[in-house]
Amino acid sequence: MQPGDVRDLVNVFDGYTDKPTAGQAWDEMIAPDGSVRVPARAVHEAVSGMSVDDLRSRSDSLAATFLDRGVTFDLAGEERPFPIDVVPRVLAAHEWATVEAGVRQRVRVLERFLADVYGPMRAVADGVVPRHVITSSSHFHREAAGIDPANGVRVHVSGIDLVRDAAGRFCVLEDNVRVPSGVSYVLENRRAMTQALPDLFASMRVRPVSDYPERLLAALQMAAPAGVDDPTVVVLTPGVYNSAYFEHALLARSMGVELVEGRDLVCSGNRVRMLTTEGERRVDVVYRRVDDDFLDPVQFRSDSMLGCAGLLNAARAGSVTIANAVGNGVADDKLVYTYMPDLTRYYLGEDPVLANVDTWRCEEPDHLAEVLDRLDELVVKPVDGSGGKGIVIGPQASAPQLDALRERLRADPRGWIAQPVVALSTVPTLVGEELAPRHVDLRPFAVHDGEDVWVLPGGLTRVALQESTLVVNSSQGGGSKDTWVLSDRAERDTTELGRVGGTTELEIVRSSPPDAGPAGEGSNRQQEQQQQQRRAAGTPSSGRPSC
Amino acid sequence: MLSRIAESLFWIGRYVERADDTARIVDAQVQRILEDPWLDEAEACGSLMAVMGTPADRVAGPLNRRVLLDTLAYDPVAPSSIAGSLAAARENARRAREVVSSEMWEVLNTTYYAIPTRVRAASAHRFAGWVRERAAVVTGIADSTMSRDAGYQFLVLGRSLERADMTARLLATTVLEAGPTWQTILHSCGAYEAFLRTYRGGRSGGRSDTQAAEFLLLDRLFPRSVVNALATAERCLEDLDPDAGRVGYADDARRTLAWTRSQLEFRSPAELLEDLPVEMERVQQAVSRVSDAVSRRYFPMGAGVEWVPEAM
Repeated sequence: MQPGDVRDLVNVFDGYTDKPTAGQAWDEMIAPDGSVRVPARAVHEAVSGMSVDDLRSRSDSLAATFLDRGVTFDLAGEERPFPIDVVPRVLAAHEWATVEAGVRQRVRVLERFLADVYGPMRAVADGVVPRHVITSSSHFHREAAGIDPANGVRVHVSGIDLVRDAAGRFCVLEDNVRVPSGVSYVLENRRAMTQALPDLFASMRVRPVSDYPERLLAALQMAAPAGVDDPTVVVLTPGVYNSAYFEHALLARSMGVELVEGRDLVCSGNRVRMLTTEGERRVDVVYRRVDDDFLDPVQFRSDSMLGCAGLLNAARAGSVTIANAVGNGVADDKLVYTYMPDLTRYYLGEDPVLANVDTWRCEEPDHLAEVLDRLDELVVKPVDGSGGKGIVIGPQASAPQLDALRERLRADPRGWIAQPVVALSTVPTLVGEELAPRHVDLRPFAVHDGEDVWVLPGGLTRVALQESTLVVNSSQGGGSKDTWVLSDRAERDTTELGRVGGTTELEIVRSSPPDAGPAGEGSNRQQEQQQQQRRAAGTPSSGRPSC
Repeated sequence: MLSRIAESLFWIGRYVERADDTARIVDAQVQRILEDPWLDEAEACGSLMAVMGTPADRVAGPLNRRVLLDTLAYDPVAPSSIAGSLAAARENARRAREVVSSEMWEVLNTTYYAIPTRVRAASAHRFAGWVRERAAVVTGIADSTMSRDAGYQFLVLGRSLERADMTARLLATTVLEAGPTWQTILHSCGAYEAFLRTYRGGRSGGRSDTQAAEFLLLDRLFPRSVVNALATAERCLEDLDPDAGRVGYADDARRTLAWTRSQLEFRSPAELLEDLPVEMERVQQAVSRVSDAVSRRYFPMGAGVEWVPEAM
């Protein structure tokens, strides 16, 4: 950078509050009066001290790191690095405490609900949820009834999508308890960010995320069928062409377990085995990343090549655990979602820590009427969708689109819900040559091992890179940010980052310096050089020896 | 082959391995310092420098990552730093150019010349990655272009001894309060995934820290474990002198190596892990003794002959 370069003098935050999105949504760094929010101060200070070029070069190095490590997604047949923004999102310890408590509560309710749905159906008998809401869910699988998971866990891994409304409150937007993905980006983002902003990172107490694989493996091992000691866990992937294959491989690798495809598994006599060079080996826990429909051609889609025939019966016989359990989709159905506050009170006797976003159930005639009337100001979602598929955002839709939507709502009211447009909170994001507010959501990941629900401190922050866009999915131009949860403890939490030994305190280990070879000694060098100089002086043509 | 050449090859092996291992260790520890919010930076840097044999007492001013990197990575002359080791390896290759293949020489030479640019341009993490890569190229070229004659054995002997020494140093750090976690240590040996596969996640039965130490110390199959490195060094010595006779071993180097390895292999792991720093110090001293014994036997030119003109 040349002195006097005018860009040096421009603060990257200049003009930030004049952006169109600013003021309408909760900005997590800059308050409406222009002051900087407390948790984000250190980041704000560090980023303000950088020039745009500096930020840009750090951002490029992040992209290069991702490309090197293969953290990519396919865009029209080309491998692109998954976009990660250089400005981290910071959550204070007390903000995180709410999120953590809310997610843990949510997972406990979802577990109780699933156990009830595939068991006694008490919530239906007691009139909390209408029976038809459950039975009409496309992810309610009668095949899963009667499968009792070994340690009672069905939601081994969950991703609860949260948004922050204009008042800064976290609300639940949807639950993901089938095969939630994205945790690999949390791990990779952190790795890359510590390299890109080392000094900033080191100056703050950010809670580590690196022990996720260890927690996951422990939970999966605890879910093994009774009586199995030293259980064999595998990760079941649809294969290398799946868009989340990177994540499957990363999890298998970092847990030290086999990554299997359907064709690597055989099932006979209600036992699942994998084909290895040492013959068939028993499998006790299948952490599957294959959708229910493809999991077992005997029970579900008979044309599936991705699953293992007989797997479900083996699970029913109790000789293998499927994680997450089959049929979980009924709990993250968006119509069931609307009953979650009631279910929380019903099962736990507690009020929900995290509120739902207001939702209209289109299957109820008065709700439907209101939705049809206000369609241009609501967000309408299919109940069984994920990944942002099928969502219509009223204010941004054209008249013909809305007309078509009206028809579909009337034809299949059970299939849709409607929500008001939530002004997702914003975080400064590097766009072109400046920082601008961009909308974000948050997907914290929770691991349930049967005794405790552990929430990964941070989770995946997805950011909509297009101005004013509210859809953050990566397939629709979204990126991600590293999420930094600050710790308010000065002391180490012993459960995080396990240590070796830790028995001897402050003992000084002092080793002798490494051995030095002959090249380190200069005794002969002098003589050799002298000889050379003398020769050089005598015969001017001989120059330096080439080397 | 000339003793001088053999000596150069031996030291190329040692220095390249030293650069490789130091890069791994420093990279992992710096990453740890960044990621662990509760770690005291000065203490973490100081303990690592002590273990690497470059105590921090000589450093003026506060200890931090910068000082650690300057001492262990970027110092262009110290034989314990990455840059210094690479320079020394290249210097040794220069003395043995007639036997070192030109491909090998070129790798060492271009690496040496690229150091200043790499130090300036890249982050520590990228620098460490580059060093690992260059070391792998040297190993690969040696593997594919050198005849399996005495010269090759000396190269591998040097590499294996250095590896045993470095892994032992690393294991000695495990008892330190600000020392690396077992994950850090495994990462720095490139052993993390191999370990996870061997122990299936490190949780099943037994404490993961003990298992990690056991793996890096005693595993027979993992090429960076102390026992594996010592055994490789033993095999090199055997190839160099296949005719050991019928009784015992006259060769000091072989005796020391085998004795050290047996001490590790045939004592109970629990006993070893109880006082790891002391045991590891023993391994380092043994490696030094072996190195000396090899020098005495195969590179005897060290004791320079001095001509004293006779008084008339």
